[in-house]
Amino acid sequence: MNFSTLLRHFREGTKNVFRNGWMSVASITSIIVSLFILGVFILVVLNVNKFADQADSQVQISVYLKLDVNEKARETLQNEIGMMPEVSKVTFIPKEQGLEEFRKKLGPDGKDLLDGYQKGDNPLPDKLKIEVKEPTTVPALAAKIEQLNNSHADKPILKVNYGKGTVETLFKITKMIRNVGLIFVAGLGIMSMFLISNTIRVTILARRREISIMKLVGATNQFIRWPFFIEGALIGLIGSLVTVGIILFGYNQIEVWAGSRLGVMFKLVSLNDIWLLLSGLLVGLGLLIGIWGSTVSIRKFLKV
Amino acid sequence: MGSDFVIEMQDVWKTYPNGTHALQGVTVKIDRNEFVYVVGPSGAGKSTFMKLIYREEVPTKGQISVNGFNIGKLKHRKIPYVRRNIGVIFQDFRLLPKLTAYENVAFAMEVIEAPKRLIKKRVMEVLDLVGLKNKANSEPSQLSGGEQQRVAIARAIVNNPSVIIADEPTGNLDPETSWGIMQLLDEINFRGTTIVMATHNKDIVNTMRKRVIAIEQGNIVRDQVRGEYGYEF
Repeated sequence: MNFSTLLRHFREGTKNVFRNGWMSVASITSIIVSLFILGVFILVVLNVNKFADQADSQVQISVYLKLDVNEKARETLQNEIGMMPEVSKVTFIPKEQGLEEFRKKLGPDGKDLLDGYQKGDNPLPDKLKIEVKEPTTVPALAAKIEQLNNSHADKPILKVNYGKGTVETLFKITKMIRNVGLIFVAGLGIMSMFLISNTIRVTILARRREISIMKLVGATNQFIRWPFFIEGALIGLIGSLVTVGIILFGYNQIEVWAGSRLGVMFKLVSLNDIWLLLSGLLVGLGLLIGIWGSTVSIRKFLKV
Repeated sequence: MGSDFVIEMQDVWKTYPNGTHALQGVTVKIDRNEFVYVVGPSGAGKSTFMKLIYREEVPTKGQISVNGFNIGKLKHRKIPYVRRNIGVIFQDFRLLPKLTAYENVAFAMEVIEAPKRLIKKRVMEVLDLVGLKNKANSEPSQLSGGEQQRVAIARAIVNNPSVIIADEPTGNLDPETSWGIMQLLDEINFRGTTIVMATHNKDIVNTMRKRVIAIEQGNIVRDQVRGEYGYEF
């Protein structure tokens, strides 16, 4: 194939998109719809994942100490726990700070409730806050710390608390969300492939006459295939670029909106971190679907 | 086979998968520069006869050579190259609907990767020959039946094929337009192209006396130089 023929294929492929007006619009629309659903779902899954990660990382163990534990015994205990391989950080929270945090947590409504308690009569115990490397190890680690209590003569630990039950449920839910999300993304991907290839198949069915005429004047299969290939790629490209535009703009708006409302509690996955990957994925998928749809569908009409 | 004839069939049989015996042992030779009418009742095998020549169908038995190529034994990827030497014209014109007259004709030349400048010159030349130079930019839907058939003829001859296969080229046209088309084909034949034309048009066959091959029930029953139509319809 010489260069001017290649140019001709590009020209014809591009022209065909316009010549087939509504058929092209139908193909492009179905690509936009499928990729949009897929893109939105990927964003949802990414955010749920991030949320799950944040929730997981907030799982920690609180070790409450007996009121009469002295500083030295407390430091020994703190060191022993710190040495455990599962533990990433141990923070001592004196009861004054605990009261302060408790106040904050209750908010303005609960302020009166704690007003009576001052420095001298603070009812709260001292606490060791233990952060872990891997959230799933929490229940076992908590048991291990309770065991530790027995090795000390004065049994300095009052109580080990990690939200038993709640933590296990949280793990179950986040794991489920991740798996279901993955299955959904895969399913949507396959579904959109079928939807799009079907649309393209219909457009090509309408053009089988065209293909048979090309064959009659002596066009080789390669010659017939090229413009279809270009046309498919172009339709995929247009469809995916429109989708990427809509999704990036929309997500940006949501991010701005959420930033002012959700505050620091939970942050959405930042657009800056994912836009390139997401756009690349959607455009790549669009191209692939467009090309695949058009070349596979003409194959059976080429055998004459 | 190495035939000196443009088209040569040797005991050709064609049986379709549904059991129809379309051709039953046809032997015929068509020489360079001949103009041949193929006549006969509907369903007698005329269309199969034509389709075998441009390799739309393959014979069940026997040999066909066109321009020296053994068409029945042709490899799939060689088919396009053989077709480039055969111009085909149909009753329903078969133009590409969204291309202009110019583009429809040019397409046949793009297929053989002719240089662009040559395409422009040659396409205008044949459009002029068929009398449609001023309609080069019209799409088929903007042209009359006769004009569409002229575009189809221009497309068939643009690559200077040695033979033109015309399957009822006037079947969809009124008598006056048909005569215009026939004059055009006659002129193309006069310039050196072999023409094989299947037809039901009694007037044309009886007025423009040429060789007539009559096919009935899959056999050639008559082959006359300067023959007559020989049927009432």
